[in-house]
Amino acid sequence: MGRVVLVTGVSRDLGRRLARELADDPAVDRVIGVDIVPPRGDTSGVDFIRADIRTPVIAKVIAKEDVDTVVHMSVIATPGGVGGRGTMKELNVIGTMQLLAACQRAPGLQRLVVKSTTTVYGASNRDPAMFTEEMNPKRTPSSGYSRDAYEVEGYVRGFARRRPDVEVATLRAANILGPGVQSPITQYFKLPVLPTVLGFDPRLQFLHVDDLMAVMRHGVLSDAVGTFNVAGDGVIMLSQAARRMGRATLPLPSFAVGGLGTALRKLGHADFSPEQVKFLTFGRGVDTTRMRTELGFEPQYTTAGAFADFAATLPPGIHSPGRLASPDNVLAGLSHQLTRGDARG
Amino acid sequence: MGDADIIPIGTRGRPGRGSGSKRPSSAARGLATGRKAASKPTRVKADEPTTDTPVIEQPAVRTPGTSATTAVDRAPGGGIPIGDWLSAINQAAREVFGTDWEPRLAHFLAFLRRRVNGEYVVDEYGFDAEITEKFFMAALRPVAEKWFRIEVRGLENIPAEGGALVVSNHSGTVPIDGLMTMVTTHDKAGRFLRPLGADLVFQLPVVGGVARKGGATLACSEDAERMLRQGELVGVWPEGFKGIGKPFSERYKLQRFGRGGFVSAALRTGVPIIPLSVVGAEEIYPLVGNVPSLARLLGIPYIPITPFFPLLGPLGLVPLPSKWLLEFGEPIRTDEYDENAADDPMLVFNVTDQVRETIQQSLYKLLMERKSVFG
Repeated sequence: MGRVVLVTGVSRDLGRRLARELADDPAVDRVIGVDIVPPRGDTSGVDFIRADIRTPVIAKVIAKEDVDTVVHMSVIATPGGVGGRGTMKELNVIGTMQLLAACQRAPGLQRLVVKSTTTVYGASNRDPAMFTEEMNPKRTPSSGYSRDAYEVEGYVRGFARRRPDVEVATLRAANILGPGVQSPITQYFKLPVLPTVLGFDPRLQFLHVDDLMAVMRHGVLSDAVGTFNVAGDGVIMLSQAARRMGRATLPLPSFAVGGLGTALRKLGHADFSPEQVKFLTFGRGVDTTRMRTELGFEPQYTTAGAFADFAATLPPGIHSPGRLASPDNVLAGLSHQLTRGDARG
Repeated sequence: MGDADIIPIGTRGRPGRGSGSKRPSSAARGLATGRKAASKPTRVKADEPTTDTPVIEQPAVRTPGTSATTAVDRAPGGGIPIGDWLSAINQAAREVFGTDWEPRLAHFLAFLRRRVNGEYVVDEYGFDAEITEKFFMAALRPVAEKWFRIEVRGLENIPAEGGALVVSNHSGTVPIDGLMTMVTTHDKAGRFLRPLGADLVFQLPVVGGVARKGGATLACSEDAERMLRQGELVGVWPEGFKGIGKPFSERYKLQRFGRGGFVSAALRTGVPIIPLSVVGAEEIYPLVGNVPSLARLLGIPYIPITPFFPLLGPLGLVPLPSKWLLEFGEPIRTDEYDENAADDPMLVFNVTDQVRETIQQSLYKLLMERKSVFG
């Protein structure tokens, strides 16, 4: 069966990569990429159509090209290239509404896959250790990316009610890590010294970018319906992550972390939204049982594996083994002396 | 990047790194002679070809005979060669730690290296078994054994494996009874007790982080059921703040056992409930007063006033050395009820009362047996 897949948000790296990989898939006939600005980089095999998903133009594209699967990749975490937070919200929420409105009018549509995020669960001291898909955030997110994702998911659920003949899959991905990924969390780990919230050590869960691509492809080709958490196995603590990277940490009270974040944003280095500070305080874990049993997907990288692969692309930190300020050197030297002593004695 | 660039201690008589001078530092020369002094001339010979960097201009270092004098002249510590210091330390270490101190120290160094490099594993609740066992438990053990002289009964009631829910009374103003129960279960029954804590615990800086590392998680039905299904030994204190914050005059009178959520969790997962009665914790900080208005202002359940706190300042924080008795009661089985039992509130209330009554009775029994508070 030949399929026509429409991918939104292809000007961004993840969207472009997914469109590119779907184009190579023999089960997919044709891939149409949609975005406001043309993608940079390799898009061979992908038909790019310049359209704004915030306008009804998108409905014409879906109808004219006989699209049977829509992959919504343009729920974005960073305002980054598109302008300020206002534009980001507009693109996320209004864009999704228009896209879903267009989908509702498309009789040939069979499947909708939405890339959401585990950020919808928020982060607080009242969170359970592991969120399952049925759980709601303890506090409804009030602003930022998590609010957008929360509203987007609401509209997607509404669409699924109105068009029961369309299979809808929402994939809630954990924080994406990988070489070349741009996101608030990768920007954070690229800082030479990691500001942390004093007295807290959050649990982190990551998804490798290759696994994200694999699960989105899997989501397009399978017929699983519903909401699925997607994350690598296991968790690591922020302190552990910092030690593995050899980065120094700078513990600050939470209000100071927020203030520092604002200052860094002005310098263009990193972005600490209030929700990011919450995440760095309380952390989050999601349960991925349903991903295995119902979606039938197995990530290649564990959380620790994804982190190691990402950390390898960064320059070594000041405490990394081999560097002068590394406590590991001293300890390695000491135990080396000791074992030599054993061999002699 | 594992073994990159290991800098050994001592420079075998060569000039030290970054010293800038061609002469070896006195400490380095001391080390070189030290090895010879420890009667290992063959080893030094074997080292000779490798130390062929042409910077050594001191014949004294090369020939064993003359080296001693120069080293003695320049070594710090009033003319005692560093080699002697080292062997003295070696001797002392042997005296203190026994003859196997080297492997033990190597073990410890490997542990430290794992810690600084982050090469350890935490489970999904953030539980760090290694640091808990090697550090938290080690720090609490003397308190449990020497200060409170904890006596345990009914250890056979803790199953060797599989999920079980330990339900305990709560007392003592500060939840030290929870920590002591954790140490005792680990040392005596060989199992980690995974405590369920109030959300306030995870809101407090430091406390929240340490609690997760020590194996705690939030007291909610999702986490409790998840842990019990995974076969953990879970500890719960259903009286909560009402229990630890009650006045001294009401000691050993159990408060309401929450809303019975722990019973529902046990019924859903079919694990046994093990009642635990702790005697002694009530007397560590006798709570004689409270400042409710200030507590409300700070958002905490109570501000404790004991006979010594805040009167004596930090000294008032030292718990009184009462003698503790811990009794694990006979397990109450929940696997005989059918699967809808957890949705039957009357049954949940009945089982909750049964657990509460059991603990209350065994508290009275233990109090009768106890000779004195500090005995």
